[in-house]
Amino acid sequence: MKVTRGFKGRGGQARDTRLPPGQYDIGSDWPVLTAESTPNLLTAEWSFSVGGLVRNPARWTWEEIHALGSSSYRGDIHCVTTWSKFDVSFSGVSVDTLLAHTQPLPSASHVVAYSHTGYTTSLSLGDVTDGKAWVVWEYEGRPLEIGHGGPARLLVPHLYFWKSAKWVAGLRLLDHDEPGFWEVNGYHDRGDPWLEQRYQGD
Amino acid sequence: MNTPTPGPWQVATVKEIIRETKRAKTFRLALSEPSRHFAGQHYVVRLTAEDGYTASRSYSVASPPEQSQDIEVTVERLEDGEVSSFLHDVVVPGDELEVRGPIGGWFVWRGDTPALLIAGGSGIVPLMSMLRLARRSGRSDLVHLVVSVRSPDDLYYADELPGSDTTVVYTREMPQLWARPPGRLGEDDLRHVLVERATAYVCGSTGFADHATSLLTGLGFADGRIRVERFGPTG
Repeated sequence: MKVTRGFKGRGGQARDTRLPPGQYDIGSDWPVLTAESTPNLLTAEWSFSVGGLVRNPARWTWEEIHALGSSSYRGDIHCVTTWSKFDVSFSGVSVDTLLAHTQPLPSASHVVAYSHTGYTTSLSLGDVTDGKAWVVWEYEGRPLEIGHGGPARLLVPHLYFWKSAKWVAGLRLLDHDEPGFWEVNGYHDRGDPWLEQRYQGD
Repeated sequence: MNTPTPGPWQVATVKEIIRETKRAKTFRLALSEPSRHFAGQHYVVRLTAEDGYTASRSYSVASPPEQSQDIEVTVERLEDGEVSSFLHDVVVPGDELEVRGPIGGWFVWRGDTPALLIAGGSGIVPLMSMLRLARRSGRSDLVHLVVSVRSPDDLYYADELPGSDTTVVYTREMPQLWARPPGRLGEDDLRHVLVERATAYVCGSTGFADHATSLLTGLGFADGRIRVERFGPTG
């Protein structure tokens, strides 16, 4: 890296160890970045499905998915546009719970998360299991706002936030990686912020 | 479609700094590794301090694709923006900056399809690349740019914009002898500039983008024909 003439940075102040490389702390803001128009989804019509390479494909209504029990995340989130946001809380249901009901087949290795808008993003099965991913409908104890993906979004906080699909409608399990919206538009297939996997080829 | 892959970090030399408005400057950067971009793409600028601290932000390219030895990015100075305030207050021609790009495969226009471009304020930057491409390739018939700004002082590229392919909407203050009274972008502003079978490219703040997309939906635009780029506080 080349030192930029005149750039003092933080004046020698220690960098917050919670910040992955190239990220900055955005504080209390939470920018809304979306490539599509914001949909208007009613919880009465909302549903979430798990299908593809599973023994028992399933579809839950808004009430049914709430009945699966509640699981929370408190921690940090990281957007590829370089902001990070510390110590936020989300509640919903763990993807582990959804997969326990649907029973992935041994051949399943990847998932495509798809949204009610048509947005897709791809993940390895390992990145959404063992307590690493949720379908969430509450942010800081309040219903998730539509601009942030409400009524429910995927939450995969250890990866860049485009993986946390807004307005999520379901997961499709596959035996191969099927790149989603941003992944075919130049962004990295996995998106680990600690490895700074922002773009294809990183 | 090919997966666009941005090149590695490269050094760009600041050739020229042009003031657009009180709060915005255009930086013309000579790339050491030029590569052709699509209209609508962006570059990341990375600043590095002596202690290794870095800060990077994305900036849309305003210049058209065929001019890719140099790129132009227009940067709004945000009060607490550590990168934008450095670019505005410290950088002078001759300085070298690290950049990476071009990035983005979605909010791009390739120059051969009808496009309605709708910008709120600084959201005009990537759309300016599209307008410039259309004009230089003699395809102004394919595009119409509508830009909404608070006042004449907030309009970027003011000398270059006027033409039958552009419409300026002022929301608070208007120039003298301007026909349309100041006010929020409305259906009437868009109805007479609808381009047949166009894809709409909307760029601006979240509030503006939501407003513009709901106007388009009201005018019969299918969601699948609306592409949106929202500006958060990117610093």
